[in-house]
Amino acid sequence: MDNIAGQKSGLSIVTNISVVALVLIWLIPTVGLLISSFRTDDQITQSGWWRSAFAVSQAYRVSPPEEGARQEGDRWVLEGNLFDASEDDEVTGSGQVTGFGLTSRAPGAAEPGRTYARYEVAIMDEGELDDTNLEIAHPAGEEPSFPATDEDGNEIVLDPAPIFDRAVTVQENGDFRYEDAEEIDRAPTIYITAPQPPDFTLNNYEQILTSDNMDQAFINTLTVAIPATVIPIVVAAFAAYALAWMDFAARGFFIAMVVGLLVVPLQIALVPLLTLHQRVGIGQSFLGVWLAHTAFGMPLAIYLLRNYMIGLPRDIIECAKVDGATDFQIFTKIVLPLSFPALASFAIFQFLWTWNDLLVAKVFLPSQSDSWVMTVKIADDLLGSRGGDWGILAAAAFVSIAVPLAVFFAMQKYLVRGLLAGSVK
Amino acid sequence: MSPILTGLVTIAIAVAGCAGYFYASNWVLDRVIFPPGTDDRGRNIARANLVRPWLFILPAMLFLSVYLIYPVVGSFWRSLFNRSGVEFVGLGNYTEMFAEEGFRVALFNNILWVIFVPAAATFFGLLVAQLTDRLRWGNLAKSMIFMPMAISFVGASLIWKFVYANDPDIGIINALRDFVGLEPVDVLQVAFWNNFFIMFIMVWMQTGFAMVILSAALRGIPEETIEAAIIDGANPFQIFFKIKVPQITGTILVVWTTITILVLKVFDIVYAMTGGNFDTEILPSYMMDYMFRDDGRATAVAFVIMVIVTPVMVWNIVQARREMR
Repeated sequence: MDNIAGQKSGLSIVTNISVVALVLIWLIPTVGLLISSFRTDDQITQSGWWRSAFAVSQAYRVSPPEEGARQEGDRWVLEGNLFDASEDDEVTGSGQVTGFGLTSRAPGAAEPGRTYARYEVAIMDEGELDDTNLEIAHPAGEEPSFPATDEDGNEIVLDPAPIFDRAVTVQENGDFRYEDAEEIDRAPTIYITAPQPPDFTLNNYEQILTSDNMDQAFINTLTVAIPATVIPIVVAAFAAYALAWMDFAARGFFIAMVVGLLVVPLQIALVPLLTLHQRVGIGQSFLGVWLAHTAFGMPLAIYLLRNYMIGLPRDIIECAKVDGATDFQIFTKIVLPLSFPALASFAIFQFLWTWNDLLVAKVFLPSQSDSWVMTVKIADDLLGSRGGDWGILAAAAFVSIAVPLAVFFAMQKYLVRGLLAGSVK
Repeated sequence: MSPILTGLVTIAIAVAGCAGYFYASNWVLDRVIFPPGTDDRGRNIARANLVRPWLFILPAMLFLSVYLIYPVVGSFWRSLFNRSGVEFVGLGNYTEMFAEEGFRVALFNNILWVIFVPAAATFFGLLVAQLTDRLRWGNLAKSMIFMPMAISFVGASLIWKFVYANDPDIGIINALRDFVGLEPVDVLQVAFWNNFFIMFIMVWMQTGFAMVILSAALRGIPEETIEAAIIDGANPFQIFFKIKVPQITGTILVVWTTITILVLKVFDIVYAMTGGNFDTEILPSYMMDYMFRDDGRATAVAFVIMVIVTPVMVWNIVQARREMR
């Protein structure tokens, strides 16, 4: 189609690029959360999901036992291999040091092969002489050259000379040499960073489905959505047939009423209906939610089905009438089977709507946790109690999104058809 | 009994009940009240046909009147009473509410929403519809952009919360800022602009809807008008803005109003993103703050939303009546 007059190939490239860009913007957020739902919390906080295919650098604390420490001159020395000394399987497994240090604040401050030392230095702090610890990395076997200021910007005074406290040298393979100004009588603490290979797990899903009660919420959602999808179809189909093919005085009025009610905001119904439900004894219950969803979906159902039914060929229905079929027979035997596409469209809408609904479930279901649906569970519980726990949140989100997405991709044709018929023209 | 079993039983009872009601009422009408076997058979059939439509629409109309028409009156009536519902306060809830800072913030934000969300969603929808029109992989692209439509507002909020996260190793926005050397910010706490970050979630979800409708409308434009324009030497932009857009103005208006109505109903996004903090409240979420606490105030907010929606409702009815004629 590129050679149509007025269609330039340059424009076609621009078009392709813009569509790719738009699709990416639309997809990236979802993909990011999906990937994160398979990562551990450590990995999520260590590196962005866009780097999840690569190894992440993880910090570890190793305390090699003090046995074998000896005195060399005025220093005590401990030598060994950090991987041999560690009991953590993950450390032992990685086998490569990418950085090391003496504090948990900067666990990877020095590169392998260099020396990282701590000195007690004198500084000028607001005009007064003060002492502080200064960590510094320098090539192994050489003396450190001190910077002019420390990290707070205070001037470092080299007179009196800095006092050596401790130093450590770590090689890439984990060999280390630890030196201390005092006798080594406790296991020293050394921090290293080591790469951890990418790791995808189903742990988040397992956890929310077993210990976080998301399984119960899933069943509750299903329990709300299915009856709330089926019942309105049955009720609305008869009404739609009457409004499409039966002649009676108030027909125009009822059609106008349905069109008007299409846009009534749900909010208006909440308080009076909850009061009503409580007065007649339904209270906050599944029955209440089913009734509410049935009624709230009714205008769209009638509107969609009527629009479709009125488009059915008049001949068929009139022939049936001439042959002596009653309206009831025409409806059940002819109109209903022919209206399947419209019924499917509405069913998808209503299912997506009831499955995804938060408002109606919050108001019409009991507030105890055992009748929470997934949206309520996520919005009212997980977002609060597990606010920073992205792995769990992501997994919960995808448990709740999976079914609608499957329905969406399987029945997209009907959904589009329904949308086109449903927008008031 | 587990809820799911109750649900299945309910479906069975409801479906059987509906079918039973329609079948039985028809039977009673045809055989008992107006039996065809008697002398005035023709008159009886005619009479039965006068009653039958009412049997067909009765259950639906019951639902509509109890659950949608009664509440409009009921909410208004309730909004005239105080918190406990005992004392009549007239328009007290309304005057009190309009005097409150929180309500005015919500109203202002809602006006932002009503302007920005439908405009942006329609714009993106039209853009995608036009760009994918002649594209070989257009249907796939459309499918991807349509996809957020299936996601719940809560799920979408979570997805975007992740994008907006403060930590540059989690949130992609702050990762980009970090990449160009800027400090991370919590975009949900940036005064005023945070509204737009939240609104964009809604735009993200509704663009697919706009795209589907507008795409069909674009396809429905008569080819001749476009061909004529091409022969006359119009460039692609002229064709789009001067030939295509004017022919689908009606549809654009429909998409616009539909999204506008939706914006006035959705409280979930604000509720899940900020809980209405940092001045992001909108009317539906403002109402939920008072739901269960002060029904008088909650119904007053609901009625304000209802009043805002009414012009659209009237317009829809007028359009529908015109079409029926």
